[in-house]
Formats: sequence, structure tokens, C-alpha cells
Amino acid sequence: MMFVVIFCMLGGAAIGYLFRRRKILFIHRFILIVVWLLLFLLGIEVGANEMIIRQFGNLGFEAFLLAAGGTLGSVLAAWLLWLVIRNKILSSEG
Amino acid sequence: MIILSFFVMGLLLGVFRCFPRELQDCNISFYVLCLLMFLVGISIGNDSSMFQRFSRLNTRLIFLPLITIVGTWLGVIAVGLLLKDRSITDCLAVGSGFGYYSLSSILITQYKGVELGTIALLSNIMREVITLLFAPWMLKFFGRLAPISAGGATTMDTTFPVIVHNSGKDYAIVSVYHGFIVDFTVPFLVTFFCSL
Repeated sequence: MMFVVIFCMLGGAAIGYLFRRRKILFIHRFILIVVWLLLFLLGIEVGANEMIIRQFGNLGFEAFLLAAGGTLGSVLAAWLLWLVIRNKILSSEG
Repeated sequence: MIILSFFVMGLLLGVFRCFPRELQDCNISFYVLCLLMFLVGISIGNDSSMFQRFSRLNTRLIFLPLITIVGTWLGVIAVGLLLKDRSITDCLAVGSGFGYYSLSSILITQYKGVELGTIALLSNIMREVITLLFAPWMLKFFGRLAPISAGGATTMDTTFPVIVHNSGKDYAIVSVYHGFIVDFTVPFLVTFFCSL
């Protein structure tokens, strides 16, 4: 089931590439509407689940820890890369 | 904001049971998800000018998306060790949303259930908000690449203006390139960690 989702995307990419000469402009608006619909459905599913509603504070706290950890990790990694390449980039920018 | 209000609207409908149960049981969201992924695929395949723009990229910055991904994983693993009732792979799945909350939360809900999906939604929204709020501070202490890495998958859209404003317009192409690559990895990495 998981890979059905991935194949849907790859199939879409192939079709998008075939039609690359004509820009499909409405696609981004269409995506946005489908995202709204899906989050609405997710909301219904979460709201109907009493266990999750009761736990919402806890889940929020875990979410915050994961967000903070992930962001901090990537920022530190970017800092290391920056320290390594900083001089070369600044000199090439003049 | 609009996106969040749709979630809250659904949430209220769910809490007050104003919705036919049968609609949930027939797995409608899975089919809508397949439609969404198909559309996302079309938009990626359709945008061929993207690849031409990347050719002007500074070669040293090609690895920035990889740096972001690995850095995020390390941070999330560290948090995962603290959260005893969450497995490391669950944490990695949430972290691999890289701020792309709509897609990652929907995928994780399908694969792992509503609880982890809710965490993914909240966590990835928070990542975007943290980036928007703290970009100047990240720039000051951790250099010009830090806000881009923090933005994760969102650096080609929602956090793009803030990044260009802080890191400078020389970093606009890097930011779009970074967002494009990280964005593209989200469905694969989330699926991968959920399948472990």
C-alpha cells in the first residue's frame, strides 16, 4: 500500500514531463485544494479519536521536541558546512 | 493559516460527531492521497526550467540538502532517545517531513495511524514557524546556510522570503534548489522509515 502512493507520484512525474512543453498552470491551485481536503479529513479522524484528544497536550509537547531537535540538528550541520566553505564562497562573491 | 483552519474545522466536526462514520471506514483519504501524490508528481515533471536554473548553482553548495537531512536525523535521534515510548524509526519518520507538514502528516497517518500523524502535523508546522521566527538569530550564530537548512522542504515556498531577506539574494537559487531536493525526498524517506 505504501508503494502505491510512491508509484502515483512517479506516474504523475512521467505525465508532467511528457507535457512539459505546455505549462499546466492550474496544477498548484488544484494541489492546494486537495491538501485542504486531506487535512480536513485528518482533522475529522483526529477529532473522532477520544484518546488523541485527551492526549493532545502530550502529543504537542513531543511534536515540539522533535521539531526543535530536528531544526537544531540541521542548523548545526549547516554551520559545519558553512565553516568549511565560508572563505571560498566569500572570496568568489568578491 | 488557511491550511490549519481546515484541520481545526475537521477536528471540531470529529469531536462533535457531525460526520457519518461510514465515510471514514471506506478509506476515502487514501484515494485522495493517491490523487495528491499524482498531482505533486505532475507539477515536478512539468517544471523543466527548474533544472536549468540549478546549473548556475555554486558547486560547493550542492551537498546542502544532504547536510540538512543528516543533521535533522541526528537531532531527531537525540530526541528519540529521550522519548522512551516512541521508537527511533517513528521519530525519524516525523523528522523526515522537514517542515512539509501536509504531505508528511497525511502519509504517516496512512502508514502508522492518527496519533503519529498528528505529531507529524504539529511537529512540522512548528519547524516552519521556528524557521520563520528565528532565521535572523540562526544567521547571526550559525552562518548564512543555517536558515536554509532549518527551513527544510519549505525553502522554495513558505520560508523563501525570510531566507532571502536574511541570508541575502545571493542565496535565492540555493534556497530554491535546497527546497526542491528536500521536498522531493519527503515521500520516499517518510515511506521508508514507516516501513521499518
